[in-house]
Amino acid sequence: MRGPRVRRTRRGTYRLKISRDERDLLRSLPGQLREALETSDPSTERLFPPADPDDAEASSRYRDLVGDQLLEGRLSALDTMEATIDAPELDEEQITAWLTTLNDMRLVLGTQLDVSEDPEPLPRDHPDASRMAVYGYLGWLVSEIVEALSGDRGS
Amino acid sequence: MRSSTAPTELDRPRGREDLHRDRPWLVIVWNDPINLMSYVTYVFQKLFGYPREKAHRLMLQVHNEGRAVVSQGTREKAELDTSRLHAHGLWATMKKDD
Repeated sequence: MRGPRVRRTRRGTYRLKISRDERDLLRSLPGQLREALETSDPSTERLFPPADPDDAEASSRYRDLVGDQLLEGRLSALDTMEATIDAPELDEEQITAWLTTLNDMRLVLGTQLDVSEDPEPLPRDHPDASRMAVYGYLGWLVSEIVEALSGDRGS
Repeated sequence: MRSSTAPTELDRPRGREDLHRDRPWLVIVWNDPINLMSYVTYVFQKLFGYPREKAHRLMLQVHNEGRAVVSQGTREKAELDTSRLHAHGLWATMKKDD
């Protein structure tokens, strides 16, 4: 496929040009993220940082205030991505939900893989090779969506 | 941030609350190896309404210096801004300015 994969249309929607294989990969992600969130997998701690690492009381107050809301926002975004996984076009709210879930998934995968800023591709037979490839793909898709949302690219 | 040369009132005893009342809270974003530079710039623009140049400059400060103060205000505002940054996956913390 040539050209940008995510393009803002004149009607203000976002057209996605992604292959069936990519859709199939993306289809599996919201479920994986939901499971990680619902089982409080340690890698999801990255999504809920302490507000003030030097002050346990303040961090606990903060968690009481917004912890549930943060979790609900993430679950709602992945529900939206799941419901629109085969849609050729998304409205702004939907593509923003995709962006949230894709970026959350990158954070979880990147934490599991303990990535550096510019990770080297792994040899094919490395046990983390396929997850690293997904991580790279997600970064690329996130940057495509950010570009489209930032208005760098029109129809 | 407050200037260190701001006038102080010495002739009136102040309670703990008074001392802390007008001291702003700072919201700090820390560098991390995962979030993309373009994404971080986008989040600063979206959440704080910063123009592209300011958002980009703050992102570079996070990237090059390891952290940047991205907003400040009352404790409630800092908590709100921190939670919006966390909702977007950025590593943000808050602290009282001192």
